Order: sequence, then C-alpha cells, then structure tokens
Amino acid sequence: MKRYFTRKLLLYILTFFVAVSIDWMIPRFMPGDPVDTLMARAGSFAEATELMHDYYTKVFGLDVPVWQQYLNFWSALFHGDLGISVYVFPLPVTKVIMRAVVFDILLLLPAILLSWIAGNWFGAYAARSKRLDNTILPVGYILTATPYMWLAMLLAWLFGIVFRIFPISGGYSYAMSPSFSWPFVGSLFLHWFLPFISLFLVMFGGWAIGMRNMIIYELEADYSHYLEALGAPRNLVRKYAFRNAALPQLTGLALSLGVIVAGALVTEVVFSYPGIGYLILQAINTRDYFLLQGCFLFIILGVLLANFIIDIVYVFVDPRTRTGMQGE
Amino acid sequence: MKTPKKKNEFLYFALGNNKLKIGLVILLFFITLTFIGPLLTDYEPLDYIGPAAVPPSSEYWFGTTTFGQDVFTQFVYGLKASFLVGIIGGGLGTLIGILVGFTAGYRGGIVDEILNMFTNIVLVIPTLAVLLIIVAYLEVRGLLIESIFIGCTTWPWAARAIRAQTFSLRTREFVDLARLSGMRSLKVIFGEIAPNMMSYLLLVFILQFGGAVLIAATLDFIGLGPTEAMSLGLMMNNAVLWGALILGIWWWFIPPGIAITAIVGSLYVMNVGLDEVFNPKLREM
Repeated sequence: MKRYFTRKLLLYILTFFVAVSIDWMIPRFMPGDPVDTLMARAGSFAEATELMHDYYTKVFGLDVPVWQQYLNFWSALFHGDLGISVYVFPLPVTKVIMRAVVFDILLLLPAILLSWIAGNWFGAYAARSKRLDNTILPVGYILTATPYMWLAMLLAWLFGIVFRIFPISGGYSYAMSPSFSWPFVGSLFLHWFLPFISLFLVMFGGWAIGMRNMIIYELEADYSHYLEALGAPRNLVRKYAFRNAALPQLTGLALSLGVIVAGALVTEVVFSYPGIGYLILQAINTRDYFLLQGCFLFIILGVLLANFIIDIVYVFVDPRTRTGMQGE
Repeated sequence: MKTPKKKNEFLYFALGNNKLKIGLVILLFFITLTFIGPLLTDYEPLDYIGPAAVPPSSEYWFGTTTFGQDVFTQFVYGLKASFLVGIIGGGLGTLIGILVGFTAGYRGGIVDEILNMFTNIVLVIPTLAVLLIIVAYLEVRGLLIESIFIGCTTWPWAARAIRAQTFSLRTREFVDLARLSGMRSLKVIFGEIAPNMMSYLLLVFILQFGGAVLIAATLDFIGLGPTEAMSLGLMMNNAVLWGALILGIWWWFIPPGIAITAIVGSLYVMNVGLDEVFNPKLREM
C-alpha cells in the first residue's frame, strides 16, 4: 500500500510540475506580447503609454531574465499570488477564481457522482437482458455521443424558451444579490437545474454503456462460468461480476475527468453559468492571460485532487492494492 | 485456402451483427452527404444569399441564419471539416498511441517505466484546458493545426491500452520463437505482434476518430476552431453568439448537433459491434 501511494504521489507531483511549467511557458513563447495587448486596450497618449508599458512590464514580472521569471512564478504560486486580472482589472486572479469555483463545485460534484452511480446501476441491469439492451441502451449511445454544448443548447431552448420553465442564463437571478434567504436559494436552484441535468445525461450514457460492456466481459470470464457450473444462483454470479466490473469503471472515472471538465466548461458557456468555464471564455475574449493561467491551474489542482480521492477509494474497494499486489 | 475461408467467416458474423450494420449505414449516409452535399447547393457557406432567419422550406432546406446565410450549405461544408479532423486527428492519435504502446510494451524495463510515467502525466492533465490556452494564443488557425493538436493530446489512453495488449502477446511462444530466430525487434513487433492486434487497433482508431470529432466541436464552439473554414462546432458557436436560442431559430443549431451525435454515436455502436464480431465470447446467444 505504501508503494502504491508513493508511486501515485510521485506521479501527481510530476504532473503538477509539468502542468505549471506548461502554464508558465505558453503565454511567454506564443506570438503576441501580453503587455502590448493590455496597452492596446488602454493606450492613447504616447508618453503615458510608455510609462504605463514600463509599469505593466514590472507588475507582470517580464523585466528579469527568463529563468528568474520561472522561479518567481513558482514562488508567487506558493504565496497564492496568481497576478492581477485584466478582465476585472484591479482584482487579484485568485479572488476572481474563488468566486467562480463555488459554482463549479455546486454543479460538478453532484453531476459526476450521481451520473456515475446511476449509470453503473443501470448498465449492470441492462447487460444480458435482451429487452433493456435493445430498447434503452441505444439511448445511452446517443447520449454519450452528444456534444455537451449541444444538449445544453437543446435543453435551454426547450425548457427556457419554448416552455419557459427554467431560466437559461446566469447563476442566480440578476435582480438579486447573494444572501442566505429562501428566494435566493430557490433562484440558485432554478438556474442550477438545467446545466446540471445536461451534464448528468451525457455522462450517464457513457457510464451505462461502459458498465454494460464490462459486465458482459465479466460474465464470460472463467470464474463466472465456474460459479455457474457449481450451480450458483444467477444473482450471485452477477453480484461478483458487478464488483469486478466496478473497478475499471472507477479507473474510468479518474481518466475521464479531463473530458468532464471540458464538457462542464462549454455547458457553463451555453448557460452563462458563472463558473470557471464562463470565466475562461471571458479571459480568452479579453486576452486576460493571468486569468487564463489561473483558471488552468485551478482545473489542474481540481483534477489532481479528484484523482487522489479516487486512488484512496480504490484502496478500500480493491483488496489487491492493500496487499501490495497493486495493479495500475 | 485458409485465408478466404477466414474472411468469409468474418463477413458472415459482420453481416449478422445489427450494431455494426446500423452504425455503418448511418456513417455511410453522412459520408455520402459530405461528398454530394456541396453539389446540391449553389452557395458558399458564408455567402449572404437571402432573407434572414427563414425556417426550413423547399428553397432553403435547412432555413437561413440571422444573416441570411444558407444553413444547409454551412452544414455540408461543416461535415467535411468534422470528417477531416476525425481522420487526421484520430489517425495521428492512434499512430502515436501505437508507437508509444508498442515500444513500452515490447521493451519493458526502464523504457517502459519512463514512457508509462509520461503517458500517465499527459493522461491526468486535462488536455482540453491545455489546448484552450495554446489555441488562444494562435492568431491564425487551420484545420490541419487543430487536428494535429488534437492528435498530440489524445493518444495516452490508446498507448495504455496497446501497451497492455503488447505485454500479454510478448510472452507468447511464437514471439519467443521469432526472437530466438534472430529477428530484429521492429520485425518482431510489426511482423508477429501487430497482426495479432489488428482488430484491436481498428477499434482504437474508431474511438480516437469519434473523440477527435467531439473535441474539435468543443474547441470550435468556444470560438477557437479554424479561423477560415466552416465547421459544425462553429455553426453552434455562431448560433449561441447571435441569439438563436432566444429568437427560437432552432434550425440553426439542431442540424450540426444531430450530425455530430449521429456520426460519433454510430462510431461507438460500430465499435461495440466489431468487438462482438472479433471476439466470439461477446456475441449474443
């Protein structure tokens, strides 16, 4: 078990290192100077422009050698300093992101967990049951092939415009200010529902199909046939199959986090839901590279954290990891 | 005499597999539409050809956008972009996956450790987020660049799967025999191991293809797709940007979504169907 965790931790530290390096490198080695961009938005008088150019260069730390910039970047990172946002100018990036992250957690955590549980449960039922397999499972294929943003648009149009049941824009009513009152929570829920359900549905399809295929693999494995030959009841065999099939599904959850994050980003864009995805779009449009950098870092941290939690869960579900016979 | 018989057996099970047939029919329909579509329309995708926001009619099959562009024209040109990204991006992803997977699986030892570490790192990093920031800094972007970026970031799971397969094949007698007879590693890999994995590699390519189409649509939707070409994702992007939702111009954003869903869905269904054809254990009784 110790070996298992050391390896995993090493992997995460390395990943974080690589990700931060990429994050630092891209803006600096891409065409276009971030300071110039900022100046283009602000600048008019030649003299003032030059003064401000120097000032921004200093603020953004571009006036020292490259290796020093890299070290400064790390040191600032550990101080929780991700720079100043251009999009909402004087505000620090950390603060802007923190406000958005709350919405992401509200949206993603329930969507991921519920769809995983429901999808697995359903897929296990559908496997080798001719009726379910032929009727409802095709729906799973359609769902998992649906682009996240398209389902979001479809739901927004149907339930927001045609039937007028749910609002389709924002995280809460624009007429309210955040508070712990019932009307506000209600508004929060109404705005949350459509993004949630569209994420849920796409993911649900994927898990259901994955589980269905895994169960069929397991039911054809030697141990299942052996159990059957011994005269074990069908339900018992299925129970064993389910436990074995759940492991790859758990790994699958860890592996698909990146795709899920991407899906959440575009879903937020469709609903103008004030999470990180929406923030990224604004950052791209205003070429706010500190904000973009910060969002990227937060996504990495979130994905790594989630991966780590899944690794811990894995130890509880898979006894092999505990005895050191670990698989990947 | 052995080969033709085997082929017939494959065909026999392939033709008997409904999943494969349905998937193939849908896919062929869209491929055909990609080729004949541009012949059916007199316009270019960005031409302003008529009245704005007209619902589908006999004259404008899929209606027009708020700018009076023909949705059908955009649609068929967008299909072409999707297939191109799928082939190039999915192909590249598969190729890198094959190279890394074979090398890691066949060599083993320290090479495997390093490659595996590298694969796992790329696997954990949310690649779309990386694509986002890379693409955001490129001024002019083409379809080819987009496909290459997609291919370069989606290979890890293919590499992992192929590595695991290579691992299990490597210790078989016939591979040992080939090695003992003094064959070079490359020849062993491509002469002995690869042929036994052909069906598996085909499945990997199909999944990579579908994945690439979806990722491209996502990138295009955020407005980071090719700057000059029309694509299905860009259609959706424009639709949202210019208020198609609020104005109720459903014919603008529904066709591109249906096409992507149908193409990717048929690929996934074909994948499961082919799996059943290749693997007798999975066939339904």
